Amino acid sequence: MRAIPLSYVMRNLWVRRVTTVLTAGGMSLVVFVFATVLMMSEGIKETMVATGQPDNVIVLRKGSGTEINSAILRAQASNLEALPGIMTDSQGVRQVAREAVVLNNLPKRDSEDTANVTMRGTSLIGLAIRPQVKLVQGRMFRPGTTEIIVGQAVAKGFANVSLGNTLQMAGREWTIVGIFDAKRSGFDSEIWGDNDQVMQSFRRTVYSAIVFKLTNTEAFAPIAKAIADDPQLQLDVKLEQRFYAEQSEGMTKFITLLGLSLSVIFSIGAIVGAMITMFAAVASRIGEIGTLRALGFRREAVLIAFLGEALGLALVGGLLGLAGASVMQTVNISTLNMATFSELAFRFKLTWVVGIETMSFALLMGFLGGFVPAWRAGQLSIIECLRQA
Amino acid sequence: MFLFKLLLKNAFRHKLRTLLTMVGLIVAISAFGLLRTIVDAWYAGVEGTSNTRLITRSAISLGYPLPVYYADKIKKIDGVTGVTWMNWFGGIYIDRRNFFARMAIDSNSYFELFPEFNISEEEKAAFMADRQGVILGRKTAQRFGWHVGDTIPLSGTIYPGNWTFNIRGIYTVKDARFDETLMLMHWNLIDQSVRKRLGPNAANQVGLFMVGIKDPARASVISQEIDKLFKNSVAETRTETEKAFQLGVVSMSRAILMAIRAVSFVVILIIMAVMANTMTMTARERLAEYATLKALGFSPGFVVKLLFGESMMIAFIGGAIGIGMTFPLAQGFLMQTNNVFKVFEVSQTTMIYQAIAAMIVGIIAAMWPAWKMSRIDIVQGLRHVA
Repeated sequence: MRAIPLSYVMRNLWVRRVTTVLTAGGMSLVVFVFATVLMMSEGIKETMVATGQPDNVIVLRKGSGTEINSAILRAQASNLEALPGIMTDSQGVRQVAREAVVLNNLPKRDSEDTANVTMRGTSLIGLAIRPQVKLVQGRMFRPGTTEIIVGQAVAKGFANVSLGNTLQMAGREWTIVGIFDAKRSGFDSEIWGDNDQVMQSFRRTVYSAIVFKLTNTEAFAPIAKAIADDPQLQLDVKLEQRFYAEQSEGMTKFITLLGLSLSVIFSIGAIVGAMITMFAAVASRIGEIGTLRALGFRREAVLIAFLGEALGLALVGGLLGLAGASVMQTVNISTLNMATFSELAFRFKLTWVVGIETMSFALLMGFLGGFVPAWRAGQLSIIECLRQA
Repeated sequence: MFLFKLLLKNAFRHKLRTLLTMVGLIVAISAFGLLRTIVDAWYAGVEGTSNTRLITRSAISLGYPLPVYYADKIKKIDGVTGVTWMNWFGGIYIDRRNFFARMAIDSNSYFELFPEFNISEEEKAAFMADRQGVILGRKTAQRFGWHVGDTIPLSGTIYPGNWTFNIRGIYTVKDARFDETLMLMHWNLIDQSVRKRLGPNAANQVGLFMVGIKDPARASVISQEIDKLFKNSVAETRTETEKAFQLGVVSMSRAILMAIRAVSFVVILIIMAVMANTMTMTARERLAEYATLKALGFSPGFVVKLLFGESMMIAFIGGAIGIGMTFPLAQGFLMQTNNVFKVFEVSQTTMIYQAIAAMIVGIIAAMWPAWKMSRIDIVQGLRHVA
């Protein structure tokens, strides 16, 4: 079967420029929404997965779900520290961080709003077991003082947060001595200080979480079993990566569900637009179709040519939308994570998978909009076509 | 009348195209309405506030505990009519998805400050007599098919353990803007559990104080007085009006709300492109017709009128159906989201915006073709036929 040349198909799009631009423009907006939603949930996932280390384990009170709700007594912490399978450093110190996590309401930089920032009371070990956290300005806080270090997203998003400044929290002055980069992980949205100081000033008597590093990932199963088997402990044990993935689950689900259902609703509009355009294209070219058929092109060839035109429209719309969405990569946003009730900064992330999914979505819209008109074009009889022309 | 008939005939000359355009318009206008309703629902808590109530919370962050004895101190301030308090209970009913707000309230003082709750005296008395009793909102009771006398098992998150509560009353509200999904339990019950588990030092802690005031005009003065009272104490406070408090909570999700707003305008742009395309094609097809009209002596203005009229007619019909469709759509959405929204009503403002959006789409879509058609050269237009 001889196919109608592609150049003929594509030139038709150019002939009716205004219509092509309007139809492809409508499609590109749908594609833009579709792509940004996927990029948003991809960005949140990226942030949360980067927060956890594969060989770190986090222990919380049973059923608490988040660090804020959790409470671990000092006696429980000591029991945990004695468990086998925990990494020791070159000095023989067990890599266990006892941490207190509190929320602090601070004013934002660019508006009059305030937002909750997670403040983590930790130790030098807490920094050591999270190698993704690197100081980019200033120095580490000195243990036993009210010095703090802040994540990059906090430094950017909140008022008065810069090196050397002090923050008023829980009735005390905290001096910012360092700013750290946590490689786009959730820690970028946190403030870190000395654990004992945090517990004292925030009047906490119990820890929020115990985080420790394993000697190797195989050590997790026995350690989890040991904790579960001890009826006195009543604790939940999770790999840090899984814990943070769960923390973002609700948020990504909400965004994906809302965004995808919107895209589907919007796509009806774009499909209708493509259909209108293609029906008109067929109607105004009836004479042409008859001529093509008379020249020996078969029904299928005509169908494919018109379908190709619709897909061409979708391709233009898809590329325009994707180009617009890729600009969004430069935008950083932060919003409330309902699971932790604190601010989380993340970005829109364009991955290959998102790109392919987006283009498939665009082409599917073109196919759905173009198939019926193309089918009709293929079904026209030669004689009728030529008579009408 | 003649013009109207002509417009109607013209609009439905190309039935399939007009129908498709309308379908697009209906989808767009109802989606626009739904999105606005979602944003409204977010702000519902703000709408249902009273200007004679203040909220006092810890200066550290929302939910950070304050000592309960603050209530007595606040009560002594001039202009304060009453003080009550609550703690967020959290908890999970079988699965996290079965979410509804659960709060521990001081049962002796709560309802005096919140007159918007309708509960019968018998049910209130039954609630007071049962330590594990709860008062439940009508919507939540309906959602789970619960009745007075049923028990609700919850597993604790903030307050660990397995809890059982007995429904002693179901409340309704006087105004649709108020929340009808709450579950209210005795604060004393959870306080005692904390005392038993963590000792007397950890007990007597409160999440929020609600302060009733006589004169709304003095709200800011009284707020400052309360905060001054506890300045430099172990637990400093921050007091604001109930409205400011609710706005603060909503603004935490501002990025998401802004995205939803932006997207609601995108859908209008999409349909604008589709509709403009339809009108351009219509005009192109009728080139010869318009040339004939002009040759017969009709002014360019008449052609413009024809095109705008047709575009507006399609926009009007599509828009009207779209507004009508918003209601079942909103209902369906509410069911799908497991009733996370306490108040979910399509407001009048939304409908007005929808109508305006439809009209704007109609006008803009006809602009370019109308301008072009009014300027066509009669001779060229007629040649087009031959």
